[in-house]
Amino acid sequence: MFPTLEELQILGLSLKVALWSVLVSLPLAVAVAYSLARVNFPGKTLFDAAVHLPLVLPPVVVGYFLLLTFGRRGPVGILLEEWFGIVVMFKWTGAAIAAGVMGFPLMVRAVRLSFEAIDRKLEDAASTLGAGPLAVFATVTLPLALPGVLTGMLLSFARGLGEFGATITFVSNIPGETRTLPLAIYTYTQVPGGDESALRLSLLAVVLSLAALFVSEVMVRRATRRIMGDDADGRH
Amino acid sequence: MTLTVDIERRLGSFRLKTAFEAGGGVTALFGRSGAGKTSVINAIAGILRPDSGCIVVDGSVLFDSKRGIDVPTPRRRVGYVFQEARLFPHLSVQGNLRYARLFSRAPETAGHFEHVVELLGLAQLLDRRPGNLSAGEKQRVAIGRALLSEPRLLLLDEPLASLDTHRRSEILRYIELMRDEVKIPILYVSHAVDEVVRLADTVVLMSAGEAVATGAADEIMGRSDLPGAAGPFEGGAVIDARVVAQDLEFDLATLAFDGGTLTVPNVDALPGEPVRVRIRARDVSIALERPQRVSIQNVLEGSIAGIGVESGGVVEVAISIGAAVLRSRVTRRAVQQLGLAPGQEVFALVKAVSLDRR
Repeated sequence: MFPTLEELQILGLSLKVALWSVLVSLPLAVAVAYSLARVNFPGKTLFDAAVHLPLVLPPVVVGYFLLLTFGRRGPVGILLEEWFGIVVMFKWTGAAIAAGVMGFPLMVRAVRLSFEAIDRKLEDAASTLGAGPLAVFATVTLPLALPGVLTGMLLSFARGLGEFGATITFVSNIPGETRTLPLAIYTYTQVPGGDESALRLSLLAVVLSLAALFVSEVMVRRATRRIMGDDADGRH
Repeated sequence: MTLTVDIERRLGSFRLKTAFEAGGGVTALFGRSGAGKTSVINAIAGILRPDSGCIVVDGSVLFDSKRGIDVPTPRRRVGYVFQEARLFPHLSVQGNLRYARLFSRAPETAGHFEHVVELLGLAQLLDRRPGNLSAGEKQRVAIGRALLSEPRLLLLDEPLASLDTHRRSEILRYIELMRDEVKIPILYVSHAVDEVVRLADTVVLMSAGEAVATGAADEIMGRSDLPGAAGPFEGGAVIDARVVAQDLEFDLATLAFDGGTLTVPNVDALPGEPVRVRIRARDVSIALERPQRVSIQNVLEGSIAGIGVESGGVVEVAISIGAAVLRSRVTRRAVQQLGLAPGQEVFALVKAVSLDRR
């Protein structure tokens, strides 16, 4: 009944891929969310649409575009290899990129909503107290947006754990390198006698998702209580 | 301190075109809602950008459209107490107060924090969160926070507007304390006559986006001919007086002013303290003889200094009492019946209850 070593390694790889995808895309998502929530610039509608594209495109298409961009002969792929000697093709880093791109719109949406919900008068108050724009962002805007940031991280993490189409198209299905949980489950269902492993991994996925949901719920609640004072705890 | 404001700004169909100068002490921006008072202090704080004009504090230019100067808000060193307090919800009271020191451009005065905490009675609140404070407590913290940033000018935007009557008089008392203890010039926005009378040295009267008159508080608040001013209903005289005695049995204070004494109920001040009393013109009656067996507690002897023009059957009569001038609104018929004329000796009658400061 217990998972085998191989299955545990698959689980570990999936966690690594999903965590890195969240951590790396987080600063970028916050910046994009802030610019969408607060800044008016020409082409904003188009930019907004481009950010949401991974949400509506077939994942395989996203994976194919990633292949074109980050592949050995893709523009970004060439630069990465030339400058840093990094190759993401068929590597877990490539899987993390695929997961990050697919989860990106979800993260941006959650963070953007919380930026938009912030009372901007508080930012004015901070600036009358001497805080410059960066200080206002760091001491008022970002702390107040924390629940949204945490929600966005969870959504993107969950999306990354479940990523299939873009990953398999972009970095293939290599055991120990790019074979994450969904890819492994798919593989087991394709080979004779793999049903038991597929079931165990699926149950693991359920446990993992519930755990992530629970942890983030606790963190969001704690952050909200910090922001709103004890009144927000439901004791009115 | 001198503050010079001369700005123009279009806000939709509303046009703000205001010019005035203010000195030290408390200057009230007084006018009805929508007169543009808040826009003026937002411009001084740098939150609202005027289309043209200039704003100068003590010779340092904060805004000048001709020279292209627009000092950003954080570098203006202007403290701002907002109508809705605007405390940071994610910080404790202590955190909110310390925030003011975090980015302040002024050198820190030793013991300033403790002083402000004591002055505003914040010691009990330091560990609380803004979400758990009453409206009055929030406003006290907001005042403390603004003071701790050590501004060169303090802007207060109707800080009592969201409070009930009881809390209002409490916060008003704290603002009076602050005015007397902390020597920062204050610009106080309000549409409430009693607040302005109690606090202000100078009044800038605003109406429809313009400063229509600037002058000493007793002068401006006494006039009823100005647009947007107190108006016939609230207009009257403002008397600077001093508490000479407190009758605890009847809860009555005796106040002395240049010309006599007044009996006033519920004065929250100790003997020797200065207080300002507004005597509304509609609360003053005129008698030719000292009335006997009457409930009126204030009978002041004086002479008629002038009789105004009639409007709607009502005439405003100015009565000199010592160095002070009281105003009385009476009907034209009363003037005729009593045969009132300038120079005539009369008694001004003022019910003590009409002077209740609460």
